[in-house]
Amino acid sequence: MNYYAVMAIYRFEIARTLRTIFQSVVSPVISTSLYFVVFGAAIGSRISDIDGIVYGAFIVPGLIMLSLLTQSISNASFSIFFPKFMGTIYELLSAPVSFYEIALGYVGAAATKSIVLGLIILATARLFVPFEIAHPYWMALFLVLTGVTFSLFGFVIGIWADNFEKLQLIPLLVVMPLTFLGGSFYSVDMLPPFWQKVTLFNPVLYLVSGFRWSFYEVADVSVGLSLAMISLFLCICLTLVWWIFKTGYQIKN
Amino acid sequence: MCPLISVSNLSKTYASGFVALKNVNLDIKQGEILALLGPNGAGKTTLISIICGIVNPTEGTVTVNGHDIIKDYRQTRKMIGLVPQELTTDAFETAWGTLRFSRGLFGKKANPKHLEKVLRDLSLWDKKDSKIRELSGGMKRRVMIGKALAHEPEILFLDEPTAGVDVELRKDMWHLVKELRNSGVTIILTTHYIEEAEEIADRVGVINHGEIVVIEEKTELMRKLGKKQLTLELQQSLDQLPAEFRPYNLELSQDGRLITFTYDIHAERTGITSLLSQLNETGIRLKDLKTTQSSLEDIFVTLVKDEPE
Repeated sequence: MNYYAVMAIYRFEIARTLRTIFQSVVSPVISTSLYFVVFGAAIGSRISDIDGIVYGAFIVPGLIMLSLLTQSISNASFSIFFPKFMGTIYELLSAPVSFYEIALGYVGAAATKSIVLGLIILATARLFVPFEIAHPYWMALFLVLTGVTFSLFGFVIGIWADNFEKLQLIPLLVVMPLTFLGGSFYSVDMLPPFWQKVTLFNPVLYLVSGFRWSFYEVADVSVGLSLAMISLFLCICLTLVWWIFKTGYQIKN
Repeated sequence: MCPLISVSNLSKTYASGFVALKNVNLDIKQGEILALLGPNGAGKTTLISIICGIVNPTEGTVTVNGHDIIKDYRQTRKMIGLVPQELTTDAFETAWGTLRFSRGLFGKKANPKHLEKVLRDLSLWDKKDSKIRELSGGMKRRVMIGKALAHEPEILFLDEPTAGVDVELRKDMWHLVKELRNSGVTIILTTHYIEEAEEIADRVGVINHGEIVVIEEKTELMRKLGKKQLTLELQQSLDQLPAEFRPYNLELSQDGRLITFTYDIHAERTGITSLLSQLNETGIRLKDLKTTQSSLEDIFVTLVKDEPE
């Protein structure tokens, strides 16, 4: 294991985040806070409680998940797409590093960033709405698993994309709708019966449900199923990364 | 002595169907400077890219210090530093930061002293904290060299190191290359500046259409393929050369004032003495004479022209 290489990539990526702290940290925190202000404080007071939880507090886990997903994907996809776009990937390819080490460096850094961001948003949310976390360890587990899984997914997108449009395509057209329809803002019980069934095909539902359970012990699906689903996504992403590296897809001619 | 880098039967066909390399065989000796010459698209960069691990070969094998570049890539890549043709750097990173990154990436423990030496040798020490995008083109190229040297490689690949570089910097670069060689680094550079190869290389390989047309010691190559010419300026112009001079390989200029004699410098008898005495006997008086030897450039042009399409 080329430990120095993994650390070099990791440090490089963290340094890049710190250089662009407004864009990578401050901006998502502010935009998520706006949701808390609007839905928590302003409109939330007129919406009745869901499963006995104040609406403002109910949406907190979902909104953290929303940021975690989008940030993990965008951090990781951009971090590997940019060297490809700039041509600096030559150095990664000519270095004595395995593709796993490259992935570990980039995905590790992207996951770190999005997890830290998730925690900042969590702390910020506490300023606007009161809530307690029933199972902090489970909360941390879901946070880490989701951060890592979607950073891996972002990494795959970054390798697949050969232009800026493709880089944005999946996050905007697939991930964003799935996240909004994944129960961040409502409980699945509130949907008509038909849509309750359809929504079970939305993978994000399982993430939000499990994460919300760790806060309030209220879930749309059982926590075991949530954990199983996120582990399944993790395995799918790992397989994709393994396949990409095996074949050199979109990296080597 | 066994070669440091050994390329056997290497071929590369890109997905587009373009054949970049055809059955290339090449041995590179430890401590030499090898210049690979060739026109654009000849396959120079593909060859380098395969050895460094950026491009997968279609067929053939490459070993570096006895290790296969695919199976034992960690051992081989650790020994190699690559300076690519394009100026591709992380624009927002500092010179110091990017060198530190390169060293780590190649599996070496941080060593600020070594990085300082590299930056000083490249006259970049005072720019170490500048962002790369703020540097001039020549400085950026030196940063690229610095990155390649950050992990103390034993082999350095320079892909067109002086393309678009001014004369002064080019000379600095040559000086640097020679110094590196003196410190034991094996250097392979591609160029289409023939004077560059002539100036610094020990051996010269010419690649055209994906094949190595010739590879020789530079002096040997020039000796083998180099022709020498004796140009005689006459006191009085001639309408045509007298018949007795037909056996010589002579050419009369249009104005009849210059005779050019092409001869093989290594032949037992060049024929110069007999030509001169015969001219004297015929009463042709000389005003001046000079000899010229063909340069690597002439050799290169001849080789590349002769290659069938």
